[in-house]
Amino acid sequence: MQRLQWWQRGMVGVSLGVLAFLYLPIVMLVIFSFNDSKVTSFPLSGFTLHWYEAFLANAQMLRALANSLWVALFATALSVVIGVTAALALDRYDFPGKRLFQNVILLPLSLPGIVTGIAMLNFYKQIGIPQSLTAVVIGHATALLGVVVSQVMARLAKINRRQFEASADLGATPFETFRHVTLPGIRSAIMGSALLCFTLSFDEIPVTYFLTGREVTLPIYIYSTLRRGITPEINAIGTVIVAVSFVLIVLSVTLLRDRERS
Amino acid sequence: MTSSPIVALDGVQKRYGAFVALHETDLAIAEGEFVTLLGPSGCGKTTTLRLVGGFEQASAGRIAIAGEDVTERPPYRRPVNTVFQDYALFPHMSVAENIGYGLTVRSGRIGRAERDRRVADALSMVGLDGMAERRPGALSGGQRQRVAMARAIVRRPRVLLLDEPLSALDVKLREGMQVELKRLHRELGITFLMVTHDQTEALALSDRIVVMNQGRIAQIGSPTDLYDRPASPYVADFIGAANLLEAQALGGGAFRLAGGQTMVSRRADAAAGRKVSLGVRPERLLATAAAGENTLACTVTERLFHGDRLRLELTLDGAAQPLFAEMARTAAVESFAPGSRVTIQVDPADVMVFETGDGR
Amino acid sequence: MTLTRRTFPGFAALFSLPLAWVLLLMVVPYAIMISVGFWTRQFPLFYPDFQFGNYAQILADPQYTTVILRTLKIAACVTVCALLLGYPLAYFLVFTVRSQKLRNLLYMSVIVPLWVSYLLRAYTWKIILGTDGALNSLLVSTGIVSAPLDIFLYNQTAMVVTLVYIFVPFMVMPLFTVLDNIPRRLIEASEDLGVGPFMTFWKVIFPLSLGGVVAGATMTFCLSFGDFVAPVLVGGPDGIMVANLLQTQFGAALNWPLGSALATLVLALVLILLQLSSRLDRAGRVDLA
Repeated sequence: MQRLQWWQRGMVGVSLGVLAFLYLPIVMLVIFSFNDSKVTSFPLSGFTLHWYEAFLANAQMLRALANSLWVALFATALSVVIGVTAALALDRYDFPGKRLFQNVILLPLSLPGIVTGIAMLNFYKQIGIPQSLTAVVIGHATALLGVVVSQVMARLAKINRRQFEASADLGATPFETFRHVTLPGIRSAIMGSALLCFTLSFDEIPVTYFLTGREVTLPIYIYSTLRRGITPEINAIGTVIVAVSFVLIVLSVTLLRDRERS
Repeated sequence: MTSSPIVALDGVQKRYGAFVALHETDLAIAEGEFVTLLGPSGCGKTTTLRLVGGFEQASAGRIAIAGEDVTERPPYRRPVNTVFQDYALFPHMSVAENIGYGLTVRSGRIGRAERDRRVADALSMVGLDGMAERRPGALSGGQRQRVAMARAIVRRPRVLLLDEPLSALDVKLREGMQVELKRLHRELGITFLMVTHDQTEALALSDRIVVMNQGRIAQIGSPTDLYDRPASPYVADFIGAANLLEAQALGGGAFRLAGGQTMVSRRADAAAGRKVSLGVRPERLLATAAAGENTLACTVTERLFHGDRLRLELTLDGAAQPLFAEMARTAAVESFAPGSRVTIQVDPADVMVFETGDGR
Repeated sequence: MTLTRRTFPGFAALFSLPLAWVLLLMVVPYAIMISVGFWTRQFPLFYPDFQFGNYAQILADPQYTTVILRTLKIAACVTVCALLLGYPLAYFLVFTVRSQKLRNLLYMSVIVPLWVSYLLRAYTWKIILGTDGALNSLLVSTGIVSAPLDIFLYNQTAMVVTLVYIFVPFMVMPLFTVLDNIPRRLIEASEDLGVGPFMTFWKVIFPLSLGGVVAGATMTFCLSFGDFVAPVLVGGPDGIMVANLLQTQFGAALNWPLGSALATLVLALVLILLQLSSRLDRAGRVDLA
C-alpha cells in the first residue's frame, strides 16, 4: 500500500465526510427512535421502547404496512413475468421500433413519478377503474417494468449465443432450451431485479399518491401523518424500515455476486 | 457416387440482404467421409456448415440429410450434431451433465442407466475419464474441446459438424488433437464435415477437401489431387503455397516472363499469345551453378532460418515480383546472402500453367 | 435474429403480452394525459376540447412561471452540489482504495441509503433542522447559540440540502461504473509520458468519465425537478415546486386539464433532457476495449 500523497489524503477526508453525511441522518433516526422524548432534540432523554410499542399498537399503520407488502408482492410478480418475457423478446429478435419500445419502458424510471401517477389517474378515470390498491398494483408493475427488463437483458447479453445453438443442436425444443439453458443463466438477474422491484414498490410515493383510494400503503400513511405533524412513532417505524431495507439490499447484492461467480 | 449421399446440397444459396454469403452451391458428401471445407475468412465455409446444421435458413435451394429434405427443419430435428468453435459448453452444468444433455431432452430421452453408460463411454473415447463431475470453468482449453466432442457424439448423429474445432488451441495441442480427430473418425465410422482455414490441418485429416473462395466452391478433391493438380492459381496458392508468375505463352510449352526470361513447362501448355499465370511451389526452386533449361537469374533480398530449411526471398532479374524459395541447407544455399546474385532452376514438370486471359 | 415467416410465431408468442401491456398501460395513459391538457374546464367539471388556454395560463401567469423557474433553479443547484460531493467519493473509491474487498464494501455502503425509504430520508432532515430538532438542540446545549434558530428549516436551502442528500448516491453509481471502466494502463501510459497526477486527471480521467457525469446529472436533475416530498416536508411557503402545483390541481383545485397541461410540460422537458443527454453520450462515446 503506497503512501498517500497530500491531495489523496484530502480526497480521503472529503469522501469520508460525504459518507458520514450520508449516514448521519439515518443514525439520528435510529437514535431518536429509542429516545424518551416527544421532540427530537439533544440532550437525549433516556432509552425507551415506547415508540415501538406505539407503532405496533397503531392498527391503521399496521394495516397500511400489510397493504404495502401485498402491493409490493403482486406488483413484483407482475413486473417479473411481463418484464422477463419482454427481455427475452428484445434480446432474441430484431424488429422495427425495438429501440423505441426499450426507451418507453425505461421512461417511468427517469420521469418524475408524479407525472406517471397523473397519467395513470387520468387513464383509469376514463376507463372507470376506481382508485384502489388494485390500481396501485397495476401502476407499480407498469412503472417498474424497466427495472426487470434492463437487468435481465444485461444478463442475457452476457450469455454466449452459441449455447442456445448448442442446445438446439442437441435436440432441445425452444421451450426446453429456455428451461435448461436460459433460465439458469438469468436466475440471478430475475432475483436481483425482483428484490429491487419489491423495495421500490414498497417505498413508492408519487404514483401511489394518485392511485390510492381508501386503503393506503405505508408511505402514504406516513406522508399524511407527517403533514399533520411529527409523531415519534415515525422514528420507530423508520428504523424498522431502515433495518429491513438494509437486509434486503445486502441479500440481493450477495445473491447477484454469488451467481456471477459460479 | 453409387450409394446416395449422406448430405446433399442442391442449389443452396444464402443471402443477407444484398450480400451473398454463399452462391448457388451443389455438394454431395458420402457416408463415412471426412470432408473439410477450407478457405480464408468470408469464403462461405462457415455459412455452409451452419446451413447444414440448421442454424441459418437457406435463401434458396434444398438440403437433404440421410435422404430426407431438412431444409425447413430446425436444428433440433436434424440428425446432425455440432462441435462449436468456442465449444459452447453449458457453464452451469457439470461435464457429465453437458455430455448427457442431448439424452435428457425429449427428442433423445433414454433410460437413466443407459444414459450414464453412454456418457461414460463418450468420456473414455475422448480420454477424459474421471472428469465427469468437473465444471467447464475448471477445465483447460484442450479438455473443454474434448467435452464438446463427447457431447456431440453421444447422440450418435449421422453427421458430425466441426466448426474450426482446433483453432482455439495452441500449436502443440493442436497437432495432438489432429491425431485424436483422425482416430475418432475411424472408431466412430460416421461422416465428419469440418470447417477450417488451416490448410495443413485439412490436408492431414480429410478424405476430400472443398476449397472455397468468396462464396463459391473453387475445387473439390482429395488432398493429393488438390496439391498436385490445382485447378486455379487460387487453389495452387492456398494449398501448399505457390509462386505465381505472370507470363505470356510463346507456344510449344514455352513462356516469356515479365523482364524477358523464359520458362518451359512440360505439364501444360497454352496457345501462343495467351496470358498465363505460371505456378511454381517454393520447395521446387533449386539452387544451381550451371545454366540450363529453366534457369532464372535472381538476386537474394532476404533470408530466413526455418530450422532444417532456409526460406529465401528472391527478386527475378528484370522483374519487380518477389519469388519465395524453400531450400535445404546445403553449403551452396548457406552461402546465399542478401544482395548476392544467384541462379535458380525449376524442373519443367513442376511448372503449373493457369490461363488468365487474352494477350491483347 | 431478424423476423421472417418462420421466426414470427415464436416472436409473437413472446412479445404480445408485453407489447399489449405497455401500449395499454403506459403509452395510452401518457397520451390521454397529453390530450386532457387541451380540455376546457368549467367548474366543477371539465369536458373534451382542443384549446391552448391551459398552456397560455401556465406560461403567462407569474404564479406558475415563478414556481417553474424556482424548480429549475433548485434542480440545477442540487445537481451541481451532488456532483461536487459525489465525484470525489467515486474517484476515491475507484482510484485511492486499493483493496477490492474494501472498495466493494464502501460502494455498497454508499448505495444502501438509496434503498432506505425516500420519504424517511427526507423526513430525517426535518427532525434535524427543525427548531426543536437535533441541530438546534446541539447548538443550544453546547452554548454556541443562546436560542434555537429558525433559519435552518422551511426554506429553499433546506430543500437543496435534503435533495442533495437523497441524490448523492444516484450520482455516485454511474460515476463509479464509468471511472472503474477506465483501463489502468491509460493512466500508466500518461504517467509514463511524464504527466503528473493532476494533469492526468484533467486530460485523461475526467474526459473519459463524462459519460457517467452526464448520466448521473440527467437523472438527478429530472428526478429533483419532479420531487414533491421535499417541498412539503422542509420547503416552507416559498418552497413550492412544480410537483406541488400538480398536486393541488389534481387535488383541491380540481382542475385536471390545467394539471395535465402542466404535467405534459414536465414530460416534454424531461424527454428533451433525456434526448440531449443521450446525444451527448453518443457523441462522446469512446471505445475503451
